[in-house]
Amino acid sequence: MARLVVLGGGVSGHTAATFAAKWLGSAHEVVVVTPNSKWNWIPSNIWVGVGEMSKEDVTFDLAPVYAKAGIIYHQAKALGIHPEGNETSDKPYVVVESTVPGKEGQIENIEYDYLINATGPKLNFAATPGLGDANGLGEFTVSVCTADHAVHANHEFQKAIQKMKNGERQKFLIGTGHGLCTCQGAAFEYIFNIEHELNKAGVRDMADLKWISNESFLGDFGVGGLHMKSMGFAVSSRIFAESLFTERNVDWIIGAHVNKVEKGKVSYELLSGEMGEESFDFAMLIPPFAGVGLKAIAKDGTDITATVFAPNGFMKVDANYAAGAYENWKASDWPSTYQNPTYGNMFACGIAFAPPHPISKPMSSPNGTPINPTPPRTGMPSGIIGKAVAHSICDRILKGENAPLHEASMAHMGAACVASAGKGLFDGTAAAMTIYPVVPDFEKYPGTGRDTDYTFGEIGLAGHWIKHILHHLFIWKAKLKTGWTMIPE
Amino acid sequence: MSKKVEHNIKAYSNNFTTMTPGPFAIYLRTCKIWQLLRFIAINIKMLVVVSKSH
Repeated sequence: MARLVVLGGGVSGHTAATFAAKWLGSAHEVVVVTPNSKWNWIPSNIWVGVGEMSKEDVTFDLAPVYAKAGIIYHQAKALGIHPEGNETSDKPYVVVESTVPGKEGQIENIEYDYLINATGPKLNFAATPGLGDANGLGEFTVSVCTADHAVHANHEFQKAIQKMKNGERQKFLIGTGHGLCTCQGAAFEYIFNIEHELNKAGVRDMADLKWISNESFLGDFGVGGLHMKSMGFAVSSRIFAESLFTERNVDWIIGAHVNKVEKGKVSYELLSGEMGEESFDFAMLIPPFAGVGLKAIAKDGTDITATVFAPNGFMKVDANYAAGAYENWKASDWPSTYQNPTYGNMFACGIAFAPPHPISKPMSSPNGTPINPTPPRTGMPSGIIGKAVAHSICDRILKGENAPLHEASMAHMGAACVASAGKGLFDGTAAAMTIYPVVPDFEKYPGTGRDTDYTFGEIGLAGHWIKHILHHLFIWKAKLKTGWTMIPE
Repeated sequence: MSKKVEHNIKAYSNNFTTMTPGPFAIYLRTCKIWQLLRFIAINIKMLVVVSKSH
């Protein structure tokens, strides 16, 4: 009997674990280690953050779902990986620390035959002074990265609405809280939900909305922007985004590294080197991501973290980490099997794998401060990669160690993205986009780097309906309800 | 009559060089019949992208 251990129960880890459990059956073990007791459909945190949904609407308890699937569930956080075992055993294992209330801090070793690292990111609030610290989110801004953060964000948002109703003008600053953030799309969606809710509350004229981000142009979204077919043109996402911001009367600051957050004020450095400050009454700034800080230890006790993980804490996989300057980048730099190059029974998926380089062109200010989005690995690609990795491992368990690995390169994969504003069936709109491939391939698609037959975007109710459907569909799938395997990632 | 979107443009500011939707484009975004057709079209496009990605 083989044992697969999955670290992390987010989109990628949950997808990998549930498919592996289905494919392996009861003859083998699938173990999930995640510090959370609940699964969270993170895209809908945006609606929680403006009071349109509750935490309960976007989360559910993992334990009963894993019990139904025959998955062994440890509510714990992984501390370290021992891929060679230790001095008394050759069996690899992970060290985990319980997060179950009443058992916090209890350490346990879990042996594995195969390991999937799908821990997701550490929300690195401490990277920007004032944005937060090692304990998480700070006191001056809000976040929608977790369901609890989103509940807190809504609490502050409702207070701001009340102030406006009492005649007090409010300034909203939404975007990224560091020069190396990703997830601009989440902030993008949040600012337009804020705008929509302010209109609904009848206080839009009392609010000033401003976007601040590390993108070098509006509409970069961490993927170097995209060109989409519209009205017979291949239109840049820059035009698309600038048009939407103008329509909703939202001003913007781009190419910004937020380097300090204080009460009611952020300080930032621009790509031009210019320093600036921006005041706010309400700010939602996405933190940069880092690896969760897993250690890797060799059989003799030597720390081999630098061998297994990249300096940013994400796990090395079959990517080309020596691509060098932007001019040398190729689509083939991106990993396809997500197998760790040192230990063949370890894989990483979702945000946990170390990308070879950004997708957007790296830039820095004249002062040497890097300011560019880091590559997104969330949502649809995260699920597809999780499933491919699970498939590879199941094949190796069931067909033998030399079974070929399944591939899911982000350079050969598309993504669908829906950014909604509002939640009502007829009073909201959404920007619905597809992008193919996620990582541009300028050799295959000269000029834009993408296939414009499959890269498109438009705004309307239709996208809004799709967002609603996706919310219910993916929670249905994650709960492993009837037909869950038929719902694509 | 509601304010035209183009009135949000400020000369030589960030948004001076962008395009803005006119009343008909904005109407289509919430026209239920048109959006029902777009719903079908977008779903088909997304399913094609999904199928190409697996």
